[in-house]
Amino acid sequence: MTTRIERPLSPHMQTYRWSLTMALSIVHRATGIALYFGTLLLAWWLIACAAGPTNYATVQAFTGSWIGRLVLFGYTWALMHHLLSGIRHFIWDLGYGFKSADREWLTWAALIGGVTLTVLLWVVAFSMGVAR
Amino acid sequence: MSIEESHGNAPRSANTMRTPMGKVRKLGAAHSGTSDFWRQRITGVAMTLLILPVIVVIMMLLGRNQAGAAQILGSPLISLIMILFIIASAVHMKIGMQVVIEDYVQNEKLKLVTIMANNFFSIAVALAAIFAIFKLASGV
Repeated sequence: MTTRIERPLSPHMQTYRWSLTMALSIVHRATGIALYFGTLLLAWWLIACAAGPTNYATVQAFTGSWIGRLVLFGYTWALMHHLLSGIRHFIWDLGYGFKSADREWLTWAALIGGVTLTVLLWVVAFSMGVAR
Repeated sequence: MSIEESHGNAPRSANTMRTPMGKVRKLGAAHSGTSDFWRQRITGVAMTLLILPVIVVIMMLLGRNQAGAAQILGSPLISLIMILFIIASAVHMKIGMQVVIEDYVQNEKLKLVTIMANNFFSIAVALAAIFAIFKLASGV
């Protein structure tokens, strides 16, 4: 028979004042979950391409619609943010960037960088003639 | 530093004969140690390196019809880049989702089912995508 061991509990999240790194930790996880289900889009697109012109046209009708564009824009941001936020984690894994100022700077860089890269990619995509 | 200090000298429970080393060799509750942690880093670095080529491939495909897209995706180098990226993604997302499940799903049976579903989903999506690329590359 196992008896319950009374271990000290750490205070729950609500106890703490919200900080940027805390919020972005959740965003990292949320973007990860979004990308997880987003792989369905990638698979759908590749399968449609392999299946033939009619199927591919269906995908293109979706990606060309405003809702499709919105989903893809969100997908791009989730990917870019998760990438930069992940690089921030690699820096921490290597033992750097733990000082308060560094922590904040890295987190802002991931946040701003993610949005900037997303906009940049879409500008390039449109300038290359998406609607060609 | 003495051997006790470096290897930890926490008092052992009186009713166990297991040594700290014996516990370590079992590699924790999952019996796989830190392999998932390490694999998550390997796949993360792989995708960081592959993201630029993948973006270039996607930019090349924008606005093309099926015939054009199929020709590009079916070329050997591009197929390889896409397959590598899909394999890294599948492993990375399977581990990531398992961590999320283990954090939030309290019910043991539901946890077992969701972890299994996570494995099925990750493998199925990856294989479907890789199969499509193989088909395009072989030109059938």
